[in-house]
Amino acid sequence: MDWNLLITQLMNGLQLGLLLFLLASGLTLIFGIMDFINLSHGSFYMVGAYFCGTIVAKTGSFVLGILFGLVGVFIVGALVEWFIARKLYRSDHLDHVLVTFGLILIFDTLVHMIWGASGMAIPLPDVLNGQVSIGTLVLPTYRLLIIAAGLGVAAFLYVLVTRTRLGMLIRAGASNRTMVEALGVNINRLFLIVFAIGASMAGLAGMLIAPITEASIGMGNDIIIIAFVVVIVGGIGSVKGAFYAGLIIGLIDTLSRSYLDDVLALSIPIEYAETAAPAISAMMVYILMAVVLAFRPQGLFPPAGAR
Amino acid sequence: MQLLSTRRGLFYTALLVFLAIAPWVFQWIDQPFYLDLLSRALILGIAAVSLNLILGYGGMVSLGHAAYIGIGAYCVGIPAYYDFYSGWLHIGLALSVSAVFALITGAICLRTKGVYFIMITMAFSQMVYYTFLSLEEYGADDGLVIYLRSEFPTWLSMDGAFSLYYWILGVLLLSLYFVHRLIHARFGRVIVGAKFNELRLQSLGVNTYRYRLTCYVISAMICSLAGVLLGNFTSFISPEMMGWTRSGELIFMVIMGGVSTVLGPLLGTISFVLLEEWLAAITVYWHLIFGVLLVVLVLYGKGGLDGLLGLMDRGKKSS
Repeated sequence: MDWNLLITQLMNGLQLGLLLFLLASGLTLIFGIMDFINLSHGSFYMVGAYFCGTIVAKTGSFVLGILFGLVGVFIVGALVEWFIARKLYRSDHLDHVLVTFGLILIFDTLVHMIWGASGMAIPLPDVLNGQVSIGTLVLPTYRLLIIAAGLGVAAFLYVLVTRTRLGMLIRAGASNRTMVEALGVNINRLFLIVFAIGASMAGLAGMLIAPITEASIGMGNDIIIIAFVVVIVGGIGSVKGAFYAGLIIGLIDTLSRSYLDDVLALSIPIEYAETAAPAISAMMVYILMAVVLAFRPQGLFPPAGAR
Repeated sequence: MQLLSTRRGLFYTALLVFLAIAPWVFQWIDQPFYLDLLSRALILGIAAVSLNLILGYGGMVSLGHAAYIGIGAYCVGIPAYYDFYSGWLHIGLALSVSAVFALITGAICLRTKGVYFIMITMAFSQMVYYTFLSLEEYGADDGLVIYLRSEFPTWLSMDGAFSLYYWILGVLLLSLYFVHRLIHARFGRVIVGAKFNELRLQSLGVNTYRYRLTCYVISAMICSLAGVLLGNFTSFISPEMMGWTRSGELIFMVIMGGVSTVLGPLLGTISFVLLEEWLAAITVYWHLIFGVLLVVLVLYGKGGLDGLLGLMDRGKKSS
């Protein structure tokens, strides 16, 4: 067995898992607290990447790109909450699906109008472009940075949610929104902040991945579905759940893509295994979700006191 | 039937008459492209009618219905790849594969409610999407070309734009009639009742789960027919036709036309396809207008286009 390959794949899985966590943490809070399905959460991911790319192209600084990108996406998120989402918290889920589907069309077209149809590459500073070698193992520096950033944000969110007053309100809102409202909390402001923070997290994920894949129109539309799977598997409204489920799903997806054909070949002829493996590995994540929904519909780590 | 006694009824009667003679009209004004457009609209119309059965009447918001269009289309494409062109084979295969898939996934999906139902239907359709995306043998993301249309006895042949159009119209009218009958039968009352108050029906001793599952399977089977026709119509199929955004578009069409009315979804699809064609000719940014339209429709306009037609009648009745 090739141990270096295994470790590289584990790192890739970890990286995907943390990106999924960044997307899913906001999604799960918006879902859990406002009971709002935001299909257009992936648009924040895309918009973040384009904001960051534009600033990097203007200033040449990746750090500035991330900072301004975060602020930009925060504002976009706040605007969406203020003008659209806020009007819909009391309507049914079908309306959420329709409106946020409309928002995807709007965001995709706006990006097309402003930045054009072709993608936008984001150059990395030389410091991040190199590789780090540990023994015989060679890892790209930037991938390590993504993992570090993901873990850093996870720690930040953990402190925010468990140690601050805002976090207390967020947890209370996820468990019982009506009660929080009845206790006199300015629920509108809380919703606005949660929505905008969630949007910035998604934007950050987009900024981090863009130097590898480049920013493109509709880049959020595929990954957002997996982020929803993370939210459901982790338990709606649970940031902790989003973290563990993100890692589990990131690892399952990456590892099954690279190793499933070998595993299958143990029991069925190799040529069948090689045909079946890609199809099955693409489905693994959804199979996991179906199993969780069938046996533990509240998710693996539901927030305390959630219905 | 009050088809001729209200303005809405008159409008729909006129629409159906027009659909019946449309190919001749388009030939007369020498615009064969319009027939293409209308054929596509009606195929999507079949899918929308099937989605409306579960979404509008049953309150089951499926965000994965495009998967059944894909299953239907690949039930034409894959046999054709091995030179099996029998139309009955294609239709039989599409109906049975979609029924089995809907039975298995529906049995799981219908244990959930609300948000979970939306997400899990989407997850299953993504499973289908990625499965076809990874089948190298059948073209993967490059898709599959279907060289010949499904073969039927001469009097039922699909060859030629006219006969295909009448095939589509025929399947559409049958589905409309079938859904209409179904909804006005005891079965339909249970489905609609379960949407509003499932507990009450259960306490009356009705096994709502079985009814809803049956409804889900029927809807999937009708939708797979749309897939069979789409495969024949475009003669090119690819996994792209069942991505989740396609399912979103289908919901859009149903809502635009008006949910829980038999003909509303048809009106929605025709308007959707015409609007798409018209806007795309004006600007490349037509998606923006669609998006705004969708947001405005939900925030401010309830009942869809069919509701607008109803408004004309309300004015008349109250006077």
